[in-house]
Amino acid sequence: MRALETTELTKEYRLGFWPKRRKLALDRLTLAVEQGEVFGLLGPNGAGKTTLLKLLLGLIFPTTGAARILGRPLGDVRVHARIGYLPENPSFYDHLTASEFLNYAGWLCGLDAAARRRRGRDLLEQVGLAESAAVALRRFSKGMVQRLGIAQALVNDPDVVFLDEPMSGLDPLGRREVRDLILDLRRQGKTVFFSTHILPDAETLCDRVAILNHGRLLGLGTVQEILGGSLESIELILHDPAPGVLQALAAFTTASVRTGDRVRLELAPDADVETVLAAALHAGARIISLNPVKASLEDYFLARIKDAVATAAGKGAGGGEAGRA
Amino acid sequence: MNRIAAIAVHTFKESVREKVLYNLVVFAILMIAAGLILGGVSVGINDIALVNLGLSAISVFGLVIAVFIGISLVWKEIERRTVYNILSKPVARAEFVLGKFLGLVLTLVVNTAIMTAGFYLVLWYEKGTLGAPDLAPLEAVYFILLQLTLIVAVALLFSTISSPVLSAVFTLSLYVIGNLLDDLRSLGAQSGSAALRGLSRALSLVLPDFGAFGDIAPAAHGQLIPGHRILTHSLYAALYATVLVSSTILIFERRELR
Repeated sequence: MRALETTELTKEYRLGFWPKRRKLALDRLTLAVEQGEVFGLLGPNGAGKTTLLKLLLGLIFPTTGAARILGRPLGDVRVHARIGYLPENPSFYDHLTASEFLNYAGWLCGLDAAARRRRGRDLLEQVGLAESAAVALRRFSKGMVQRLGIAQALVNDPDVVFLDEPMSGLDPLGRREVRDLILDLRRQGKTVFFSTHILPDAETLCDRVAILNHGRLLGLGTVQEILGGSLESIELILHDPAPGVLQALAAFTTASVRTGDRVRLELAPDADVETVLAAALHAGARIISLNPVKASLEDYFLARIKDAVATAAGKGAGGGEAGRA
Repeated sequence: MNRIAAIAVHTFKESVREKVLYNLVVFAILMIAAGLILGGVSVGINDIALVNLGLSAISVFGLVIAVFIGISLVWKEIERRTVYNILSKPVARAEFVLGKFLGLVLTLVVNTAIMTAGFYLVLWYEKGTLGAPDLAPLEAVYFILLQLTLIVAVALLFSTISSPVLSAVFTLSLYVIGNLLDDLRSLGAQSGSAALRGLSRALSLVLPDFGAFGDIAPAAHGQLIPGHRILTHSLYAALYATVLVSSTILIFERRELR
């Protein structure tokens, strides 16, 4: 049984009063997430990430298509006992303290009083809010609210965790802690499905990613599959090279940048590394490092979005045909 | 059931923390002042005036709470997006609506119970003793509670479909109309037009009859309400509240929480 699968899931909003405008927020999205995966949903603002999560949580309803979470169809709230959800920019009750709120969340999940107390204490410890357990939530900073949001998503020890921009509002230490938490959830065999526009987080954490833009799926697979494993270039860094060294290597170099006493040379991806190194050493160069440069998820992401925009512009110029990327 | 109780208790706690029960202080001051002022008036009149004042205050304070908290019960959860935290748990939308409704009813019951205790304290202080006829105000309080339950159900319904300002206008308008249904019936009966007669009859059947619960004059004179009237009014309130809350659930189950 899969953790999640969507089939041609589509969401169209009707905006305005009269006449109503239609906005396609999610366009026939089909994807599947296996149990135990850490799955990243990438895309710029307005890509449809939050729409997808709200559809999965039953907060909004699909226009067409279907989805199943742990084998159960959308709208079956029984499955919510096995999932956790952190909304984007979460908001809580000002009149409660952190431990009271977790107690409430646990109560809604059917935990008994003792389990709620124990779970609340453990989770506050886990997200670094143990010392703020009795502080009213109105006094919480944005980062503290985000941490509490993560804690409440885990209150029922869920099998599948949906996190909408979990790093939002966190300082570097907080982001590191959330990354560790996600990795810890993976170690426990949980499925984590999170949206983000912070690409290095996705590269570090995700088994697979999906890239969305304007509600359309632009790419789906492991980071390696998406990037193709091909080299973008080779990077050679030299220590304070003499002009003769740079001249000797000019034939192999596609770009060079000097920073302080270091020079970074960019070589073509198919450059004969042994020949380049021999030429450099022969000219008296002091080599600091030689590294393959692979395409980053960020490069891929920007390129695909650029392609999609160009395709859409082309179609628009060609008579505005309906279509999809 | 457990989840409905959790939401109801949370709603009650929210009302208490947001200082809704501060109205009790105003009520206490009002009753003490009434006790002091009416102490100088002749015995029979001051008791009637005290009961009238006490029951009116209980009704008005309850009305204000029922309307002004009821109209934001669901709206506030949606507007502040706190509803996402609730509905992402194994909570059906119907349970959420029922929990919010029962939570505010619980707030009103506790609030009314404390006011009633204060009222009886002042009455006992004024009269020096309490007898069987003094149970009449208690029955009137029960009717006030039935009325407040209906008002909460109306406010909750509007709270799911419109903003608090509009919900307040709609709820208060319905409250006023619901208190004038007797007049509406008389108007229809006296009218020569069959259409007007039919319309007034239909409206008086469909609209909530708040006026049926608000007559406190008999209680002030120590007249007990007949048992069958208590039963029929209780059934009417329960049935009407059930229809209103069910309608709210049907609407809320189709509502998109963007």
